[in-house]
Amino acid sequence: MPDPPPVKLPFETVVATHGATVLRVCRAVLGPVDADDAWSETFLSALRAYPALPADANLEAWLVTIAHRKAIDVTRATARRAIPVAEIPERRHTAASANDRDLDLVAAVAALPPRQREAVAYRYLAGLTHAEVAELVGRRPDAVRRAAADGMATLRRTYPGLADEDGATP
Amino acid sequence: MTHAVDPARVSLRDAVPASTDDLTRLRASLAARASTEDLLDVAYRDLDTPVGRLLLAATDGGLVRVAFDGEGEDRVLQELSDRISPRVLHAPARLDAVARQLDEYFAGRRRTFDVPLDWQLSSGFRRSVLTHLATGVDYGHTATYAALATLAGSPRAVRAVGTACATNPIPVVVPCHRVVRSDGTMGRYRGGSEAKRTLLDLETAAAGPVRVQAAPVGRDDPPV
Repeated sequence: MPDPPPVKLPFETVVATHGATVLRVCRAVLGPVDADDAWSETFLSALRAYPALPADANLEAWLVTIAHRKAIDVTRATARRAIPVAEIPERRHTAASANDRDLDLVAAVAALPPRQREAVAYRYLAGLTHAEVAELVGRRPDAVRRAAADGMATLRRTYPGLADEDGATP
Repeated sequence: MTHAVDPARVSLRDAVPASTDDLTRLRASLAARASTEDLLDVAYRDLDTPVGRLLLAATDGGLVRVAFDGEGEDRVLQELSDRISPRVLHAPARLDAVARQLDEYFAGRRRTFDVPLDWQLSSGFRRSVLTHLATGVDYGHTATYAALATLAGSPRAVRAVGTACATNPIPVVVPCHRVVRSDGTMGRYRGGSEAKRTLLDLETAAAGPVRVQAAPVGRDDPPV
């Protein structure tokens, strides 16, 4: 039997399904404060374009693409306002609660060089392939692969417990 | 550096927070902005009532759908998306007035609804039947399918009237629960016969004994 034709979901379902991933991506790329703005702008823009989107489109990749553009807009706007970058909290040398450790890990992601941060966020938080990330950020796939690997290696040096996102335990 | 407390693996995904509270807040502000920027084609909310949880949906034109819990929220939202627009968002504010009026109705303090209705999910003869029903059969009364057929100008279309009532997109507010069979039994109802009974009992208790209206129906007609 042939597959039924793809169904265009109500937008609320799109937000419910992908809202958390888009928020994680925005937070990893922009930090917690600007992330809210980028999330809102992303979904508002997506809502505007949604009726014309083909029903079989890859929604998560589409949303992450919009989020990437919005993140660039937000970064530029922030730079224009010349607000000093918040200081990265000093890293703890004793692991306290899991919560503290997670906060440290978020801070460590924020401290990555921008290209590594983007590659890690789009590859490992959004789940895009290296090729998709490459197209998104306008770089070559091997450069993206290297940036993602370097970023994860840096994070893992600080957090040995960080899972290999391709499934193996370190 | 080692982690003495929890050496187990941490997923990057788990470490970057996206709490339910944060998402609830962001989604509410998205709905508000979508409404302001004219991007909200279908707003919906839930309402707990004596006949179960209702889903209420409105367009710019007014209340477009009332759905019973048994119809399934996912299915109802998909239907709204397919038939009206995929720009569907949970946006309770746009439904405040109708929710308040329904609360009053279920408390026995309201007999008519004063909210704009969007009839776009009903067309042709069915729509004509329902618009007659909306104004022609009063609170605390019932009418037979035959009487409603006469009211709609097609006395012989009793079966079609039954279909119109069974597919009423705005039940409770458009009172198809007040339409009963000529043998006095209730007939089918989108929300189930128990819900129909509950609504009729509610109106009886608040208005006195249910009276059966003959066609043509008028406010001052004697009970038949």
